[in-house]
Amino acid sequence: MMKYSYFPGCSLDATAVTYKRSISFVAEKIGMELNEIPDWNCCGATCAHSRGKWLALALPARNLALAEREGLGLDIAVPCASCYSRMKHTVHAARKDEADRKKIEEIIEMPYLAKSDVLSFLEIFALPEVMKACKEKMERSLASLNVACYYGCLTARPREITGGISTENPMEMDDIIALTGAKPIEWDFKTECCGASHQVDAPEAALPLIERIFRNAKANGATAIVTACPLCNLNLDMREEEINKKSGTAFDIPVYQFTQLLAVCMGATANEAGLHKHFYPAYDRINDTLRRAGA
Amino acid sequence: MARIGVFICHCGTNIAGVVDVDEVVKAAGKFPGVAYATEYKYLCSEPGQQTIKAAIEEHNLDRIVIGSCSPRMHEVTFRKMLMSTKINPYMLEVANIREQCSWVHTDKEKATEKAIDLTRMAVAKVCKSKPLFPDSIGVTKRALVIGGGIAGIQAALDIADAGYAVDIVEKEASIGGHMVMLDKTFPTLDCSACISTPKMVEAGAHPNVTLRAYCEVESVKGYVGNFEVDIRQKAKYVDHDTCTGCGACEVKCPIKVSSAFNQGMCDRTVMYKPFPQAVPSKPVIDALNCRKISGDGKCGVCAAVCPLKAVNFEDKGEIITEKYGAIIVATGYELIKWQDIYPEYGGGRFEDVITGIQFERLVNASGPTEGHIRRPSDGAEPKDIAIIKCVGSRDINKGKAYCSRACCMYSAKHAHQILEKIPDGSVHIFYMDVRTPGKGYEEFYDRTREDGANYIRGRVSKIFKEGNKLICKGEDTLLGKPVSVEADMVILETAMVPATDISKLTGILSIGSDTDGWVQEAHPKLRPVETQTAGIFLAGTCQGPKDIPDTVAQGSAAAVKVCSLFSKVQMETSPIISAVDREKCSGCEMCIPCCPYKAITVIEIDMHEHGKKVKMNVSDVNSGLCQGCGACAGACRSGAIDLKGYTNDQILMEVDALCL
Amino acid sequence: MSVNIKEGWEPKILAFCCNWCTYTGADLAGLNRMKYPENVRVARVPCSSRVNPQFVIRAFQKGCDGVLVCGCHPGDCHYVTGNYFTRRRFMLMKKLLEYNGIDPNRFQARWISGSEAAKFRDTVTRVSEQIKELGPNVKFREGRWS
Repeated sequence: MMKYSYFPGCSLDATAVTYKRSISFVAEKIGMELNEIPDWNCCGATCAHSRGKWLALALPARNLALAEREGLGLDIAVPCASCYSRMKHTVHAARKDEADRKKIEEIIEMPYLAKSDVLSFLEIFALPEVMKACKEKMERSLASLNVACYYGCLTARPREITGGISTENPMEMDDIIALTGAKPIEWDFKTECCGASHQVDAPEAALPLIERIFRNAKANGATAIVTACPLCNLNLDMREEEINKKSGTAFDIPVYQFTQLLAVCMGATANEAGLHKHFYPAYDRINDTLRRAGA
Repeated sequence: MARIGVFICHCGTNIAGVVDVDEVVKAAGKFPGVAYATEYKYLCSEPGQQTIKAAIEEHNLDRIVIGSCSPRMHEVTFRKMLMSTKINPYMLEVANIREQCSWVHTDKEKATEKAIDLTRMAVAKVCKSKPLFPDSIGVTKRALVIGGGIAGIQAALDIADAGYAVDIVEKEASIGGHMVMLDKTFPTLDCSACISTPKMVEAGAHPNVTLRAYCEVESVKGYVGNFEVDIRQKAKYVDHDTCTGCGACEVKCPIKVSSAFNQGMCDRTVMYKPFPQAVPSKPVIDALNCRKISGDGKCGVCAAVCPLKAVNFEDKGEIITEKYGAIIVATGYELIKWQDIYPEYGGGRFEDVITGIQFERLVNASGPTEGHIRRPSDGAEPKDIAIIKCVGSRDINKGKAYCSRACCMYSAKHAHQILEKIPDGSVHIFYMDVRTPGKGYEEFYDRTREDGANYIRGRVSKIFKEGNKLICKGEDTLLGKPVSVEADMVILETAMVPATDISKLTGILSIGSDTDGWVQEAHPKLRPVETQTAGIFLAGTCQGPKDIPDTVAQGSAAAVKVCSLFSKVQMETSPIISAVDREKCSGCEMCIPCCPYKAITVIEIDMHEHGKKVKMNVSDVNSGLCQGCGACAGACRSGAIDLKGYTNDQILMEVDALCL
Repeated sequence: MSVNIKEGWEPKILAFCCNWCTYTGADLAGLNRMKYPENVRVARVPCSSRVNPQFVIRAFQKGCDGVLVCGCHPGDCHYVTGNYFTRRRFMLMKKLLEYNGIDPNRFQARWISGSEAAKFRDTVTRVSEQIKELGPNVKFREGRWS
């Protein structure tokens, strides 16, 4: 049963519109029902937990409690790695300590039982039934695209809390991307940090973090990078040109969300997949690849 | 009525200075059963002992109490003395009025009162003493060595040279263990195979040694001097009595699998000897991978080419039962499975990240590359090599808490070998500490640094691939800076862990192991090669990580223990053991789980009840296994099982005497 | 029930000590000339697990004021597992004694190794003080002190 409560998170309407469009397209194609949580609020992202434990736990808790109340106990699908991480922290805290759960309830003034699970879109698409549904809807092939699957740090870490994918060499996205006919390459920076919000406040320190990701992807033959997080995607996509200019490199690697590639192969137009909404030109690479596969 | 003699010792002024000895003698003379009481300046001295002997004769004593120093000091002395009298040596009690009275108290009156109490307790206890006679058991003068590595070989050869028969049980098809895989040994750099293979040959040819290769211990019954061991001979599919080891079958065998001896760095045939110098030098069939045995049944080339028809596909193996007097455990070590705990080092994805033992094969002249250092991925000679120490050691979060002891030295050796064989190469060694406790070890390490090895103090956090290079990202904690080393090949010096299935073996043998699975020695300082179970000894790395010299030393030490056991015609056992009163025993079996030595079993006996013969189940103590702890006696509800020398009656008398 | 404690009354305490650890520790206390109260008498047993519950009951029945059972530290038993049995029996004995109206604090168990002479001294001293505070054991000996 592909049915989830859906927490899009703040960035999906803004910087990650590519992610939002492609998710909607793919979900509709494969018949996945995503019920957006009514009246959701910000998860607190990277800021709340630097202000205090309870703020960081309570902000996501309100969304989780709403989902519990309105969502018939469905699991919660979260596209953003940071939202995912914050929500997982809350679920973990509430399940581990009854007193903490009570305190959270007190703060949000709502019952919260922590029964539903929080799932990243990576985890959802790696489920056998979802994989199967996607496979059936594939109309086009991205063969000849060499993809470096970039998971980022928060989907995998900390392991005790996410309990999910491997922290060093996860394979979930690689398996999903393989459905599109593209070739997921073996590389070593799948879960390294992209610098996250430090790209804004301390770019000199953070830029090299992105550069090494591009460098390793290129060294291992990538012609595209695929992400599963709005911020990872934004950081890589927005700063590629700047890095090329500053470091004299010529990376030329467009950065997609994994759902964009799925959408394209399921027949989405460039607009539906958000291919024109990138900083670094992304349309041509896909277009060329499709044409080559078609030829 | 007992005729007890009480002798109180002054011990110079040690006792007499605090305790009024005359008072004690006077009081003792009035205790029930005491026929004679006296004192002497030094009872343990020769004249003192003569005094006691004379008194025994003169007063016709049948048991004695000595008030003196701790029984841990002179009980044995006085027992020996009694052996030349008419009194049984166990009709003796010692009241400890020195260590536990005069030396710890200052108040004379109270100390004297306590000395009287202690003497009264001893007198009461000796009233109920019975003569005890040590048992003697025969000793089977054949030793079993489990594990044919260098520790086992050394132990077996020493026992064999002393003139006793010894069997080596080895689970692999050849003895030799890890040492024969190594290239050179630190710090002298002599060739490992050149010094270990002659020992293997010697063991194979020694008239007193029986090699049982490709065998495993199934079960062990019995006790010191008299073990009965079931050994499973795994199916070899080759009759080794007929086979001459000509090798024709090995050459013709068409199926190849990864060679465990070469650490998976090259292939071997399915009909195989683990390595060319194997002892016994005869092949076996790896049934799991054999097309004839486990596949479609076709093939059979080996049988066709064998001129002596030694191949037997129907071989099922067999169980051999042998009697042994002593057992040496020498099962050695394995290397930790680093792939599971270090995914950040690629978790096994990078062909050119190898372990120390793989490097040993790589640099070995008889190894897969004939001693040329070539990296596995493309066969190219690596120029820049990184060595990472303590992979799995000294980090409880990643592996083991302990230090594996040998790695510091062999990583220095690896660095030395690399710099020698690749003159334009470079070696970077990431280390936590450099530990070199051993003769010539520190000097060797110094030399390696002078050779040009670059020691970096810090851990590697990640290894990743960029093109042909493996990038080791880490920290130099002395500089306080992150470092990044570009390497063509990385060697991980991984932790030693106990052999797989060691817990199964310790269970079979009823010997202890520590939390990491290493076999537990009886005492960490003073009984390093004995186990808690009499007659079972240990040698080498089954006890904990160690290098070759220490392993060989332990092998010889264990052999001496076995030889001293075998030097006796009969073994005398302590008479202070449990015994069952069959009339009282109800067969409830409460005593059985209490016994750590499995000395108690249930037997069926014939009893007479109301004139009728009936079968009864009762407990029975094996006098060879019982060590005399008395745990069973404390558990017996009917008081049927009792500990000789410390019987319920004796101790109750003691208690009563105190509470008068 | 009123008990008149005689002036200068000293308790009688019986200590069962295992031969390999505590008895050795007690000997070492002597070698080091440590001082402790005189009212403890040691009975030597091969292992603390040799102590039959009957011995303890008999001691209290005969008017002993306190009983101490000492053995090797758990895990260090000379006979591998003996002291684990001691530990279990000890817990049970405490309950039984309480049922019989004997203050369970009169019965104590301690783990003292062969090297812990000071621990032996301190244990004996402390137990002796505790028993003194409890006063004479008159449970089975009504009127003995009156």
